[in-house]
Amino acid sequence: MAMSGVDLPPVRPQTSLQRPGFLRRLMADYGQELIVLLAIVVLFVAVTAVNPRFISANNLTSIFSGNAYIAVAAIGMAMVIITGNIDVSIGALIGVLATISGTLAVAGYPIWVAWFFPVLVGMAINGLIGILVAYFRIPSIVVTLGALSILRGGLISVTGGTWISDLPPAFLIAQQKWLGLPVPLVAMIVLTVLAALWMRYSAFGRSLYAVGGNPEAAVATGIPIERRIVAVFILNGFFAGLATILFATQLQVIQSTVPPNLELTIIMAAVIGGVSILGGSGTVIGSTLAAILFATIGSALIFVNVSAYWLRAVIGLLILATVLADMLRRRRTV
Amino acid sequence: MTLRSFIRHETFLAILLVLALFVLSWQSDRFFTVANLLNQGRLMTETGLIAIAMTFVIATGGIDLSVGSILGLTAILTGVFWKNLGVPLPAAAVAAIAVGTFAGYVNGLIITRFRVPALIATLATLALYRGLAEGVSQARSVRGYPDWFYVLGQGEVLGVPTQLWILLIAAVVAAVILAYTRWGRTTYAIGSNEVAARFSGLSVEGTKLALYTMSGFAAAVAAVIFVSRVSTTRSDMGSGIELDAITAVVLGGTSIFGGRGTVLGTVLGLCLIQALKNGLSLAGVKGDGTIMLIGIVLILAVLASAIFERSGTR
Repeated sequence: MAMSGVDLPPVRPQTSLQRPGFLRRLMADYGQELIVLLAIVVLFVAVTAVNPRFISANNLTSIFSGNAYIAVAAIGMAMVIITGNIDVSIGALIGVLATISGTLAVAGYPIWVAWFFPVLVGMAINGLIGILVAYFRIPSIVVTLGALSILRGGLISVTGGTWISDLPPAFLIAQQKWLGLPVPLVAMIVLTVLAALWMRYSAFGRSLYAVGGNPEAAVATGIPIERRIVAVFILNGFFAGLATILFATQLQVIQSTVPPNLELTIIMAAVIGGVSILGGSGTVIGSTLAAILFATIGSALIFVNVSAYWLRAVIGLLILATVLADMLRRRRTV
Repeated sequence: MTLRSFIRHETFLAILLVLALFVLSWQSDRFFTVANLLNQGRLMTETGLIAIAMTFVIATGGIDLSVGSILGLTAILTGVFWKNLGVPLPAAAVAAIAVGTFAGYVNGLIITRFRVPALIATLATLALYRGLAEGVSQARSVRGYPDWFYVLGQGEVLGVPTQLWILLIAAVVAAVILAYTRWGRTTYAIGSNEVAARFSGLSVEGTKLALYTMSGFAAAVAAVIFVSRVSTTRSDMGSGIELDAITAVVLGGTSIFGGRGTVLGTVLGLCLIQALKNGLSLAGVKGDGTIMLIGIVLILAVLASAIFERSGTR
């Protein structure tokens, strides 16, 4: 095409000699994340100007703590999408795991069993999904669509959609505080930071980007793609399990159904946080920020009196607008 | 892929279907009656129309997850145009179908103009269109349609449910288009190798735009039939129907990577799923159990074809 056969002069050799400034590097590495952060700040300022109660401690707690589980689940989803796969069954999985967790807690098992046994179940289920994707070469969209209906159908036919109540107070960790901060908020921040560092600096983290960015090159450099894909799905199950702990313990009851559209919110958090749906780029910082942005939007719409019936339409429109903007931005830079 | 492998998959499906029918009729004497089979055809139509259009979309390597939401939106608009705006019912239905078709066109625009992957584009519009349906309906349902309207979803023509005729005609027309026209060949070409199709001078963008518009149209027509069948409109209508349609298409042998698939396969896949659903419910399994079954069938079908492909033709 454009560069056919002609010897091109080396492009701007000086960039390799002098390191670009800190700010420019920040923009290059975290452009999308900064945009999302800016959107959150603007939204906070604007809505607080209309209705000062928006920034009350109560509302802030409900925005951050009430949605931390989405951010935690989005960490695993971001990793899955970075390898070029997707998981549309995660909402159903969280519904199933929450029901298992609540049932164990009510049945009198030790609290930590009720918390962490579902994490193992999540890892096992997603391990199976990963094997089907990696070794049997079934596209992840098909496997997880199937898993979605198996989990959803299985959950409703087993429980009949009943509510689990009488949960032991010690079980409800999402309502507790740690050093004066709500536990979900602490969990979200700690997990995001650890996962971000791990993705950026560990060999394993870098290899996930390689698998998504250019699978053939990854194979050529000796990365075992199949094992990485299974591992990333197991990690996704792990984060879904941790998200479940926060989700299942935030209220006095657990509704044993699948939260509607939860998978959509989690996928969109990852994508809008800057994870390319084509794989190979993005960070978990972005997905967490995007999850906070969604929560802020949802809360803001209520504070500026948008009818609850239009809420999903407005959120849908915002999601679409962000996807389009992201695509336009990508096309300009490529 | 040769013609032989096409025939093989569909023959395999047909044998499986006959086997399923045989077992089910042996299990319950209520199954293999003309009345029950025709009624199953009635229940199959909405998913069927969507699945036929979805066959084309998936054959190009794309996907349309928003069809259930388009169905919900069209259903709500049919009711709202008629009851709240006082438009005569036929005009209301046509206008609602036009909006549903436009919704499909918007999907196509987002995918072709903005180059958003089909999965993400239609996942986003799934949320948007369902949100619009909820906003417009304000959680109110519209009932009390005139009697003649029910002919479409509950009546019969020549002893066969009205909508089954529509499904039949749609299937025949779609099968001919996909197999024998330039448009159908373009669909396969895009799915096999989009870049090569573009360099061959085929209208890749135009074809994709038309296919997503068709998918919206199919979902919209299914919506009007749905409303006529169940006599009411609700904003949550059709949620999850995309899964049923995709399962039928994939079970029918269409490759999720594109480039391969037939309408006949999709129709056989549809019949097989409907027979299993019906058989299970006659055997006393509740609706949610059948959702589970669809998931298992979907994974096993793709697993089987993946294993076949690796050991066989390649």
